[in-house]
Amino acid sequence: MKKVQFKSNYSQYFFLAPQLLILLIFLYWPIIQTFKDAFTMQDAFGFGSQFAGFDNFLFIFSDPSYFTAFKFTIIYSFVITLITGSIGLLLAVQANKVMHGKSAYKTLLIWPYAIAPAVVGVMANYFFSERYGLLHHLFNNLWGFNWYENVFDAYIYVIIAGSWKQISANFIFFLAGLQAIQKTVIEASIIDCKSNIRRFWTITFPLLMPTTFFLIIINITYAFFDTFGIIDTTTIGAPGSETKTLVYKAYIDGFKGLDLGSAGAQSIMMMIIVLVITIFQFRYIEGKIHYN
Amino acid sequence: MTKYISSTINHFILSIGLLIMVVPIWIIFASSTHSSLFINTNGLQFFLGDNFIDNYSRVLFKQSGFFNEITALKMFFNSFVMATGIATLSVITSLMAAYGLVYFKVKYATFIFWLIFITLLVPLELRIMPSYIVMSKLNLVNTFAGLILPISASAIATFFFRQFYKSIPDELLEAAKLDGTNSFRFFIDFLIPLSKTMIAAVFIFMFVFGYNQYLWPLIMTTSEQYWTVVMGLKTMYGSIADRFAFVIMSMIPPVIIIIFLQKLFIQGIFQNK
Repeated sequence: MKKVQFKSNYSQYFFLAPQLLILLIFLYWPIIQTFKDAFTMQDAFGFGSQFAGFDNFLFIFSDPSYFTAFKFTIIYSFVITLITGSIGLLLAVQANKVMHGKSAYKTLLIWPYAIAPAVVGVMANYFFSERYGLLHHLFNNLWGFNWYENVFDAYIYVIIAGSWKQISANFIFFLAGLQAIQKTVIEASIIDCKSNIRRFWTITFPLLMPTTFFLIIINITYAFFDTFGIIDTTTIGAPGSETKTLVYKAYIDGFKGLDLGSAGAQSIMMMIIVLVITIFQFRYIEGKIHYN
Repeated sequence: MTKYISSTINHFILSIGLLIMVVPIWIIFASSTHSSLFINTNGLQFFLGDNFIDNYSRVLFKQSGFFNEITALKMFFNSFVMATGIATLSVITSLMAAYGLVYFKVKYATFIFWLIFITLLVPLELRIMPSYIVMSKLNLVNTFAGLILPISASAIATFFFRQFYKSIPDELLEAAKLDGTNSFRFFIDFLIPLSKTMIAAVFIFMFVFGYNQYLWPLIMTTSEQYWTVVMGLKTMYGSIADRFAFVIMSMIPPVIIIIFLQKLFIQGIFQNK
């Protein structure tokens, strides 16, 4: 790591030990358990279990509801990334330009970032309830909105609930990215190009590329994992199970359905997805896009 | 003139953004100051009512839950213990581990590095069932240790501290070595003071992260005595006004932390870049 280091026979382990110990007990042990579950089949009464090879994986691949969850998770991450990224960027560009009230805007736009997804879900619940819900009434008047029965309407419900707080995160990082761009670069570009909009797309936006890619990863991870609290407090997968994310489905199958084998296999599939995203991040983003 | 118009457009777009972010919370807050009867007949409210003190004090001190064993006040206490525990433990273990990785020649360094950082691929949501089983084997269900330890088992903070240490010039250690400083003294007298901003930022991040946990406390606490605020929201029953009041109260601690410490937080994140 460093050219100059301490040479010692034992003290480095003193520093590494606490974290390694916690990771081994509370992370590696459960992970090993996950792999064990994924490759064993338990009988219905939980009395015995036997090695099952890839049966659990074959089972989830032949299960249509797994593909429903897979499809929803992909759509959900894509739409959330697109909506929150573009609104966050739009607001950050405006906030970076204004002379007056900059810090007031910043504070008021940042704070929803701190609210727990589950709390956002509970709030969304009120706005989409048949009894009190303002948005429910509004959409219902427009096109007969009914998320208990209509898949598309349920999508709208969880997308609005899921995007809301994530706009703040995108705003924070884009604003910080914009402020990190050197003034001289912007001043030079003003001389060369008069059009504000063209200048943004040809100079500013490419300079924001590292931030953009970072946020794409953040948003995808958010849509995959953090939205659990939102789904569990809003649709619970309704109408059928069309709004279950992969994480939510694994939880329901494992914890409510007590099918540890299937839940384990689903967890391993998700680990593979996360691995692919991470490799992509390291190879593509850390390697190629660097402007500093 | 054109400058005036473009700045008006900026403010206009920002105001729409503000409306989207602020109005939903305002409506819930305004509604939480009315009586349940009023909300049930008239729907969500935009203007304040006069039941603020009534509703909020009732929620804070009333026994709730399925067995009426816990008050909202106790849930706040539990959430604070959990969040502080997670933040403290993560900061201490990560600070130390990053120091061990960056400043020492370690045998099997690559192996240990991967042992720590591969864990970033496995968030708690992916190992929720087996984690529960492990915790029940260790008799940690319905304990604060059970709420805190698995969430502190994360290398994200180690990653941040490692990046930060790597940005510190080598000359610092060279100079310290010339003065005969040993590794423990160097850590305590030089690195910790230098990392103050980073430590604060990581602490804030982990505190909010811990406070906002939902799934893990839901699974780990079968006894109402250990319910936390965020999970209590869904399970708590009560009249509609009580629930609104509880939603508003539940978001106050993390929001205050982020608003007052936003500079520190953002600075900490971007020190790495």
